[in-house]
Amino acid sequence: MEYTSSELLAVVASRELAGRRTVFAGIGLPTLAASLAHLTVAPELETVYESGVCGAHPSHLPQTIADAVLITGAEAVLSMPALFGYVLQGGHIDVGFLGAAQIDRWGNLNSSVIGDWHSPTARLPGPGGAMEVMANAREVFVVMRRHDRRSFVDELDFCTSPGPDRALAEGFRPFGAGVTRVVTELGILGRTAPGDELRLVAVHPGVTAARVREATGWELAVADDLTTVEPPSAGELRLLRDDVDPARVYLR
Amino acid sequence: MPRSTPDKTTTLREAVAAHVRDGDTVSLEGFTHLIPTAAGHEIIRQGRRDLTLVRMTADIVTDQLLAAGCVRALVSSFVGNSSAGSLGELRRRVEHADPEPLEFEEYSHYGMVCRYLAGAQRLPFYPLHSYAGSDLPRVNPGIRTVTSPYAGERVHVVPPVNPDVTIVHAQRADRAGNTQIWGLTGVQAEAVFAARTAVVVVEEVVADGVVRSDPNRTLIPAHAVDAVVECPRGAHPSFAQGYYDRDNDFYREWSAISAKPDRLRAWLAEWVYGTADHGEYVTKLGEGHWAGLAVGEALSTPVNYGRRL
Repeated sequence: MEYTSSELLAVVASRELAGRRTVFAGIGLPTLAASLAHLTVAPELETVYESGVCGAHPSHLPQTIADAVLITGAEAVLSMPALFGYVLQGGHIDVGFLGAAQIDRWGNLNSSVIGDWHSPTARLPGPGGAMEVMANAREVFVVMRRHDRRSFVDELDFCTSPGPDRALAEGFRPFGAGVTRVVTELGILGRTAPGDELRLVAVHPGVTAARVREATGWELAVADDLTTVEPPSAGELRLLRDDVDPARVYLR
Repeated sequence: MPRSTPDKTTTLREAVAAHVRDGDTVSLEGFTHLIPTAAGHEIIRQGRRDLTLVRMTADIVTDQLLAAGCVRALVSSFVGNSSAGSLGELRRRVEHADPEPLEFEEYSHYGMVCRYLAGAQRLPFYPLHSYAGSDLPRVNPGIRTVTSPYAGERVHVVPPVNPDVTIVHAQRADRAGNTQIWGLTGVQAEAVFAARTAVVVVEEVVADGVVRSDPNRTLIPAHAVDAVVECPRGAHPSFAQGYYDRDNDFYREWSAISAKPDRLRAWLAEWVYGTADHGEYVTKLGEGHWAGLAVGEALSTPVNYGRRL
């Protein structure tokens, strides 16, 4: 069955949510993945949005993390101090989804600048709540549409959201495991605990480990038990297309 | 004996003239919902200069205030046009000091929340678990660490922020300033309590009895409010839950409008300087435009507060 890159990423990310209870999701692919997981591998999954919405039941696919359709009919809408202080910092989030302009081998993320912070080549949106998600979610999944050496870098231009290794190096005890999964157009990178580097654990059908290593800006280690990702099933694609995003807002 | 409540209602023009001065630290809050755009436009019309703007999500109204030359320094945790694109003026200021440099203090979202919490409670700092290992403390000396006097562990802290004036938008208030917000409530109450002066802009000023029929919905009590302004549709292009929806098309357009300085200035000339007040801006958009942002009804089930028999 034919599928697009967005459909592949959404399906693969949804499978990673199997058995999880709470997910902190942004708009776009993370919302698609969480919505699909809710229909497949994680029926009990509660999606929490940075805007303060818990247990959303939207009538339409949300266009922003603060879309009015997320509020109407939601189970709870919290203030910012409650959302960031109690829900996130209090340790209630199993998985946080993050994106970034750059990621390194330890799963540290840059979403602030390309170039020097004081006189950047490109000023990016910055941390938002990403730093809080990284510091406080049990684990973090990153979805990157493009897998290339501009994004998968040996050294970040700026570390906005640090993984646990950088926290430990400064003498702070981290709460979560940091980035444990990176889903890209080429495959899946994984790491399990502080001290681990991201390794290539799976490739999409037709993609070789050599090609992924070539597209990565550091010496990417390959898992001994490297697997090939099971392509999206007809059932997964039907749910995604007919139920999750029938207007094809994000399924480009 | 009923307590007599003062009438703090005024116009946006008078509120900005009275409470926003050149050089002030001004907080405009509203997390995607209820963004005080009309207030931002009035600050532009009155030509305020050298402001330090404090705003978690620095988005379109921030770009407009920058382009109008009102802002010397920005304190923020997210500088982007939502997920719809870039802020052209902000990027020119930061990347090229064009037409002038912008002082920028970058925090994370919860760092900003904690600054308001410290400010609202007149605390010297506020601790949080966010910055361990980040490069942000290297470029922001406001982010520091302290050692807990209890368990002895180090923790990051942020300083309080006490704006000279905070302006927020809300659905409704009474004449005294008891302000009710529903839907996303963001950090508005904290930003108001942190400020020396607070202006509340609302979709509608309602009778005292409306507010008192549901006191739990009052997030900001009157004693924290100095001025109340009725300004319907004053949060456009953001939304007001239950009143009108977000103008997503305008968010997408802003990337193109702000990409070219000439086009941005032409937009300000037409839509801000070219309108006497927000009422004219609303009229200029046209009823057809507003019809596209109309929302239907989804009423909550009333709660019973009870009364002693």
